[in-house]
Amino acid sequence: MATLTAPAFSIEEFLLAERGKDLLRFSTAGSVDDGKSTLIGRLLYDTQSVYEDQVKSIEGKGTTAPGQIDFALLTDGLRAEREQGITIDVAYRYFSTARRKFIIADTPGHEQYTRNMATGASTADAAVVLIDASKGVQIQSRRHAYIASLLRVRHALVAVNKMDLIGYDEPTFRAIESDFKAVLEQIATDTGTPVEVHFVPVSALKGDNVVHATDAMPWYAGPSLLELLEALPSAQETSSAPFRFPVQRVLRPDHTFRGFAGQIASGTVHRGDEIAVFPSRRSAKIERIVTFGGDLEEAIAPLSVTLVLDRELDISRGDLIAGIGATPVVASSVKASLVWMDQRPLDLNRRYLLKHTSHTVPAFISLVDHRVDLSAFKHEPALTLRMNDIGAVSLHLLRPIAVDLYRDNRSTGALILIDPETNATVAAGMVTAAEGQSVTEEEDEAAAWGRVTAGEREARWRHRGGVLELSGSSQLIDAVERSLFAIGAATCRIDAGQRASLEQLGLLDAVTDLQTQSGLLTILARAGEEGALTASAGGFEITLDAENRMHAVAAVHQLLERAGIFISSEGADL
Amino acid sequence: MPVAESESVKTSPPTPTGPSPRLNHLRLLEAESIHILREVASEFERPVMLYSIGKDSSVMLRLAQKAFYPGPIPFPLLHIDTGFKFAEMLTFRDEMARRVGAELLVWRNEPAIAAGTNPIVLDTKRCCGLLKTQALLDALRHYKFDAAFGGARRDEEKSRAKERIYSFRDTAGQWDPKNQRPELWNLYNARIHPGESIRVFPLSNWTEMDVWQYIHEEKIPVVDLYFAKERPMYVRPIGAGQEALLPIEQDFVARPGEKPQMVKSRLRSLGCSPCTGAIRSDADTLPAIIAELIGFYSSERANRVIDHDQEGSMEIKKREGYF
Repeated sequence: MATLTAPAFSIEEFLLAERGKDLLRFSTAGSVDDGKSTLIGRLLYDTQSVYEDQVKSIEGKGTTAPGQIDFALLTDGLRAEREQGITIDVAYRYFSTARRKFIIADTPGHEQYTRNMATGASTADAAVVLIDASKGVQIQSRRHAYIASLLRVRHALVAVNKMDLIGYDEPTFRAIESDFKAVLEQIATDTGTPVEVHFVPVSALKGDNVVHATDAMPWYAGPSLLELLEALPSAQETSSAPFRFPVQRVLRPDHTFRGFAGQIASGTVHRGDEIAVFPSRRSAKIERIVTFGGDLEEAIAPLSVTLVLDRELDISRGDLIAGIGATPVVASSVKASLVWMDQRPLDLNRRYLLKHTSHTVPAFISLVDHRVDLSAFKHEPALTLRMNDIGAVSLHLLRPIAVDLYRDNRSTGALILIDPETNATVAAGMVTAAEGQSVTEEEDEAAAWGRVTAGEREARWRHRGGVLELSGSSQLIDAVERSLFAIGAATCRIDAGQRASLEQLGLLDAVTDLQTQSGLLTILARAGEEGALTASAGGFEITLDAENRMHAVAAVHQLLERAGIFISSEGADL
Repeated sequence: MPVAESESVKTSPPTPTGPSPRLNHLRLLEAESIHILREVASEFERPVMLYSIGKDSSVMLRLAQKAFYPGPIPFPLLHIDTGFKFAEMLTFRDEMARRVGAELLVWRNEPAIAAGTNPIVLDTKRCCGLLKTQALLDALRHYKFDAAFGGARRDEEKSRAKERIYSFRDTAGQWDPKNQRPELWNLYNARIHPGESIRVFPLSNWTEMDVWQYIHEEKIPVVDLYFAKERPMYVRPIGAGQEALLPIEQDFVARPGEKPQMVKSRLRSLGCSPCTGAIRSDADTLPAIIAELIGFYSSERANRVIDHDQEGSMEIKKREGYF
């Protein structure tokens, strides 16, 4: 590298400069012929981010003219891709300039890879959208721009590539620019997220305007693609947003310390700040911000820290600590945009697991509101969503969660859906509306004289309503029931005989639903193999070869915690 | 950002307690890795950290200390010992485990070691298969680990660039690159069926440069073999004016007539001694290593024999269950 041979090079200065570099993540998408791999290869090569032996290993290969390096080969990773000559999955690339470090999420552009594009866009601060100058605006460029906007990638850099093929013609470039601006306006109307856009005419093959400016297009005086990437505002706009801190883990090394470990999703926290915990809405003050390197006075997103509060609150994994002021909404009904990612289409009768921040709750999709036709950006009615479809749905959660709208918070407004049978990640979701459960004065009044609420029952029994199915020896089932009774759980046991008669009357579901709504933990017991125990709750299932009762009991309590029926880990301590 | 130092701009000293308003890349990478470590520790029944003693493992271990501070690291460390690790590495391993107070498990494929498996009797591919891959799969099965942290980075090798942070493995421990779970935001899908497992790579987004800078900034101890000094080596010409420097740890490495020479050298990555070539170097401090790295014209794994056996060999090994 040139810097090393320069006489003035000093490693200390270099390290000091490195300390000031931040990180920008951007996604790219393009189809087989867009020249995307070539563009990225060029970006890596021209910023000296490729080692000599990597260049050697591709010299003389590929499809370019003799003597010309096929840059695409630098980034085409997997065997299947080399065989088919296409990029089939998200690949991550790294390079750095004197100003900043970059992570590229490099994704294929074909329709069947919409899910990969969404994956790449989910963590990106910017999207580099490729348009082939010789073909004009194609469907995959529209799709990429739409997904970038839907996932709230704020900046789109439109690289109009293969300018060399059209003789570096300005009018063609301008026509593409105006076509695509119209597309972006349509998109912004649909997704509600305007994208800041820049257009750059480039030739990845020749290197024009990728890293270095070029003489080939005197009519373009703007920055090169890399110069634009270096100048974009950094990702950390979130440090001024409302404070959000999903609790990942309670750290309790001994009785003197109880801290809540997590990564700040947005905003800033100071020692002494007043905070509220969701969904319980209890409040406290920040006593300490603990890190391995010493306590902090303040911490900003996205640091990972451990918070200590000034009073004992019942907080566990999945709870959300938030600043007072702009608070999240506690909701069990949300609307969301979904990108469907699984071979099995969306099924309204199926229960999914919804993962949001650090908790997982069972959920049903109650309605498909519409499907988006990406070729026309039109909404069309739909009964389901298939792989790579994008649509809007209404979700019903079996437990309320504290959420923000994705538009306001890319972390606390995002979710994934998991199929509990196959364990596949079937969809990515962006919360667009949440029906709140706010506390008003009337509700305070109700708390004194009114009907007993689920929250109050949870606070007393330290668990939520739910169904625990147990199959195994009666000795082990008795031990589990006894252990739940011992910690004050409110249980109702239905044995095989009772279950059969309820089923005969078609009443089993009605009874368990009623009990769950009343906050009771229903134990559905069934005799099974001696010395073995199968337990399932909330979509989780365990099978144990349990000789030891204590092991079986501990495992079932863990299961109830995982399934979200136990509110805090205290209940599981035996 | 580097600011020209003049008397007039030196107003207040930087406060050591508060973070800078803009986090640099190392702080951002650190925060992401700690988040991953905490997620895994919270969502899996039996996680383990693969500890290979190298620089990446050293960084990963420090991040684990940070993630659970002031508590202890809530999972054991597992070292797959092929029997060909440098003696210095094993001393360092035991010392580090003691210092951080973590439980250390060591697993060796004893039958294969007893049978005299080495990369010269077999080829490197089959040797790795028995001493690393098989040993790893046996250890994971024996202890019933359902998640295993590894220090691999995506910038290391082409097939690693597509690796997920949570990399799903089937009941045989195999990786299917065409059937990976989509991974969005920082929402990781930790659900597995019995017998399946997840390999987790908290350093996925770090580059070799990031790792060295972090070691420098955080003063993380690393094995002395990374620093240049006069060491006995077999110097073997490999054609085209190139040479290989082979450490003398194992007798069988030498070819007839080869005599060790003292060469000022260091290792760029630590593997098994018969398959890890050294490089000539004067870099005997961390800044010198970083300076050397800036000028490197060969990528890190070029010194490891395994990736060059055939095109895509790392991908093949990974499909079979290798880390």
